[in-house]
Amino acid sequence: MIYLDHAATTPMRPGVWEAMAPYAAEAFGNPSGVHGVSRRAKNALEDARELIAELIGANPLEIVFTSGGTESDNLAIKGAVQANSGRNGLVTTAIEHEAVLETADFLKRFGFPVTIVGVDESARVDPDEITDAVNEETAVVSVMMVNNETGTVQDIAAMSAAAKTANPDVLVHSDAVQAFGCESIDVDDLGLDLLTISAHKFGGPKGSGILYVREGTALEPVLHGGGQELGRRSGTHDVASAVGTATAARLAMDDRPRFATEIREVRDRFEATLTTGIPDLQVNTPTEGRSSHHLNVRIPAVRNETLLMLLDQRGVCASAGSACQSGAATVSHVLEAMGLSPDAARESVRFTFGWTSTAGEADEAAGLVLDLVSRFR
Amino acid sequence: MSGGVDSSVAAALMTDAGHDVMGVTLKLWSGPHGEAPTTGCCTVSDAEDARRVAAQLDIPYYVLDHTDDFKDGVVERFVADYASGRTPNPCIECNRIVKFDRLLRRLDDFECDVLVTGHHVRTRQSNGVWHLMRGSDHAKDQSYVLSMLTQRELSRTLFPVGELTKKEVRRVAAGMGMRTAYKRESMDICFVGQRDYRGFLRDTAPEVFSSGTVVDTEGNEVGSHEGIVGFTVGQRRGLGVAVGEPRFVIRIDGGTSTVVVGPREALGVAKVYLDQLTWTDGHGGDGQVMAQYRAHGEPVPAHLQGDTLVFDEVQEAIAPGQTVAFYDGDIVLGGALIASTS
Repeated sequence: MIYLDHAATTPMRPGVWEAMAPYAAEAFGNPSGVHGVSRRAKNALEDARELIAELIGANPLEIVFTSGGTESDNLAIKGAVQANSGRNGLVTTAIEHEAVLETADFLKRFGFPVTIVGVDESARVDPDEITDAVNEETAVVSVMMVNNETGTVQDIAAMSAAAKTANPDVLVHSDAVQAFGCESIDVDDLGLDLLTISAHKFGGPKGSGILYVREGTALEPVLHGGGQELGRRSGTHDVASAVGTATAARLAMDDRPRFATEIREVRDRFEATLTTGIPDLQVNTPTEGRSSHHLNVRIPAVRNETLLMLLDQRGVCASAGSACQSGAATVSHVLEAMGLSPDAARESVRFTFGWTSTAGEADEAAGLVLDLVSRFR
Repeated sequence: MSGGVDSSVAAALMTDAGHDVMGVTLKLWSGPHGEAPTTGCCTVSDAEDARRVAAQLDIPYYVLDHTDDFKDGVVERFVADYASGRTPNPCIECNRIVKFDRLLRRLDDFECDVLVTGHHVRTRQSNGVWHLMRGSDHAKDQSYVLSMLTQRELSRTLFPVGELTKKEVRRVAAGMGMRTAYKRESMDICFVGQRDYRGFLRDTAPEVFSSGTVVDTEGNEVGSHEGIVGFTVGQRRGLGVAVGEPRFVIRIDGGTSTVVVGPREALGVAKVYLDQLTWTDGHGGDGQVMAQYRAHGEPVPAHLQGDTLVFDEVQEAIAPGQTVAFYDGDIVLGGALIASTS
């Protein structure tokens, strides 16, 4: 199997499962308890929190453990607009993950002011448009750091500055699910109040995420209950997942230089082979300001649904961006926002590389793609 | 693979016979927010059943998006047919347009030799010609809905469960411990769901509800109605017409939005005019045939001349839009749409 769908999820990094195991078994305690087995769990939880805080330039109390990227996005946005700040508006962009866009749609249905900013043909947001969209009723601005479908990197520091120029009180959130482990993330440098991270995208467990919440930020919880996480996220802690998340985060950050060099080279090599072999190939991933490991291409006259099936049967795992529950490929809202027609979007395929990717795999997969495409032509 | 027992067993029989099999489910319909239907024949849980059966058989499984084909070819036509006073059969159109045209065209792309479905029909080849036959289980026979298939489709399709009775199909499924073995059959039109089709039309095409008059066979106005789609030929109840003897819908005129009612005798149909006449072997012609105009009706003797089919005996309550299939014993000769009746 050649796995080129790392943006969907990536294999767990070595040692993570082993680090988690004790907290699923003998150290099973509820960290909120008052006895020894709970103290051991609580200690591991707080170690994990400190480590993650350190990796993004935060302090430990600013780290909220959640069930993943979707929950973190929901909490950031719903929490901000409902926080009784006197402002309840959301400004976000057309290329966000569904966790943000569907939350925006939900809020709109309940009467919250929502503005969706468009993007250019590289899926890039113009900071001036953020400034224009933010007004006195805006509570939070949400712009994703690296787009999951195209790998477009946004200048988040510029987005924060643009938002705060228009309204200094506005909170700025970024979904960094695709960025952590590849891009440099320091919440102060980026001027962020809220930041979403998902563990399984960098080799941690699924069902585990982080929301960074800047100290002093008022946030109405989405999950009400026992008041864990300083009341910001109730529910008994999944200590094993928190430990796994921190362990993987450490490994991913240590491995980050390789994404800027080796992994990027593997992706570029794959791209070069496709570009040479398919003269009319369109690269949807922008040339400038691209991530190290995404590649989204349109192969005219080749339906992505068919290509992905045939690649699957040859052991190559790729994707067409987002998939609905039934598993049918849907037309990507990101590619549409970039101006691609629905037909062009149906001819677009995403290959994403990760910490296990090798040049040999890239060559073999590219060869298989070229072979299949030549048979369709 | 619809997620029903028939297509599950079809896949299993092909796998058992040593073929390289892949399972596909067609995504045909979704709501305004892209959600799959929860009732009818293409629900999320049906797709999950299909996926689980494919996993049990250890074959690759994919969901193919044919929602555009279905919307353009089946649903819009369904609405247009009702709006013009016809009685469409969307399942026939779905088979003809989506499964046996659009999907079949993709076989080469998928590197597949044949399409296999769970329909209860059989095929036989003799002298290089493919014949379509009723399924072994006459009670479950689906040859009527496939009567418009031709050599192009039949030569690339296999129907393994047509050789079995439904009871045998269930026995095979149960023997393999399949989750679909005792699954209830879905009778609803998938995109209509458990509402009746009028509710569907009211929600999706309110423009087809334009009021009009109810007249008797002499043309005298006897009442009014809120839209012709509320009526089907042969309907007796809910006509909103108070007269002494039972009255039935005889005809529906979409052009003038008029519903014609009359006594039972007026339901008689001596002949029908046909549209889209196709022959399984590509060259049928005039002559005596056995004609079946309902999915589970009995075939009746009739004489075909050009695009006119004259019944040996007068038939009752046939609506334009229905399909008529021609048989010679168990063999399907061809099929056509009924354009009008007289």
